[in-house]
Amino acid sequence: MLSKKNKEALFNPLSKDNPVLVQILGICSALAVTASLEPAIVMGISVICVLAFSNVIISFLRKTIPTNIRIIVQLVVVAALVIIVQQILIAYNYDVSKQLSVFIGLIITNCILMGRLEAFAMHNSPWPSFLDGIGNGLGYTIVLMIVAFFRELLGSGTLFGFHVIPQWCYDHGYENNGLMILAPMALITVGCIIWYHRSHNKELQED
Amino acid sequence: MNKNSNIYQILYAAVMVLLVGSVLALIYMALKPKQDENIANDTRKQIMSALHIAAPDDSKVKETYEKYVIQDLLVDRDGNIVDSTENVAFEVDMKKNVKLEDRLLPVMKCKMDDGSIKYVLPMYGAGLWGPIWGYIAMNDDGDTIFGANFSHEGETPGLGARIADKDFQDKFVNKHVFLDGEYKGVVVLKKGQKSATGAEQVDALTGATITSLGVSAMLEDCLAPYEAFLKKLQYAATTVPAAASENETNDNQPE
Repeated sequence: MLSKKNKEALFNPLSKDNPVLVQILGICSALAVTASLEPAIVMGISVICVLAFSNVIISFLRKTIPTNIRIIVQLVVVAALVIIVQQILIAYNYDVSKQLSVFIGLIITNCILMGRLEAFAMHNSPWPSFLDGIGNGLGYTIVLMIVAFFRELLGSGTLFGFHVIPQWCYDHGYENNGLMILAPMALITVGCIIWYHRSHNKELQED
Repeated sequence: MNKNSNIYQILYAAVMVLLVGSVLALIYMALKPKQDENIANDTRKQIMSALHIAAPDDSKVKETYEKYVIQDLLVDRDGNIVDSTENVAFEVDMKKNVKLEDRLLPVMKCKMDDGSIKYVLPMYGAGLWGPIWGYIAMNDDGDTIFGANFSHEGETPGLGARIADKDFQDKFVNKHVFLDGEYKGVVVLKKGQKSATGAEQVDALTGATITSLGVSAMLEDCLAPYEAFLKKLQYAATTVPAAASENETNDNQPE
């Protein structure tokens, strides 16, 4: 079930091979949906689902897919899964789907997806592909949650919509930092996380 | 079989598209009723927000809405009620209700907890990146605004998107749309600018000029057709006690 190779497929993307921090993929959506935690988590779960299942489907089909149109086949599978996720969200979590608006649809263009399909699912059997999808999705979600945590805390003074910064802070002149809500601070936050991550993983540092 | 032959590739693509298409169609059909309900409830929440009613739990949205909104009306440009069947105003698709000549004018008549009557008028316009829409709740004097709610599809967060904030919407409260018995509407202008017509004004949002102008244009475009209807409300409010006002509006129909 979890051989050494499978373990690597599952756990490497969490840190050493993180899609956002190391491969710098999926940055666009990481900036857009991280103003608060709830949409960030829903986005993360959506990406995990789409990534895991598209990996499995492509892995099953990999021996039948004609090489010339393999990218088209991958896109169709990803697009279909994304539309399913979007429709389910509209039906069962309308408010979040409104907040995420176009970004669910844009999962299709998230480089993590096509990257994993091309690099992994086309050459591996379904079970490791599934683990690889879950791992990369989780790696993406973790970064999203860290960014969203800081942005929501400092930008709105809330976590998951609950006020965590006590009223007396505001009474003494504390103000929420509106800049944290805007995309530039998301980029800077991601930058800080990458900095911290590299300083703890010497082998990732470039000269 | 040769995987790279043309026939194989065409067949592969065709079968795949058919399969994926039918799966998606099935899922869409299965989820459609639930989605429609969510969208309708979202609209109800926006209408209630214009009436300053706190959004209830998702399960109670419809119930609460129906408690407050007592009648749906369609009026014409002379202010006459042309239709008052159930939900007739709610079901007007404002997106397709843009052309001025044959525009339907929906009105939701609402009764608040204190017994006062409000009239909610839907509007629809364009912001910077996409459509904006909203609801203006008028007091039954036909002149002052009781509350407003604006929504948008994709205005810039932190800038134009602030039209959906309570702060901005509350600036419309108690504005007069008539000046000395003449219809003027409400305009959104930069601080310091003065409206040429003398209409009451609301400060525009800093850094969101186009969206603010969009709100202003939407108000002008969508409120003006109600002029006659609002005048009738004023007439009814000044000549007869509030309780009889409804009959009065009906009697005013021209021969």
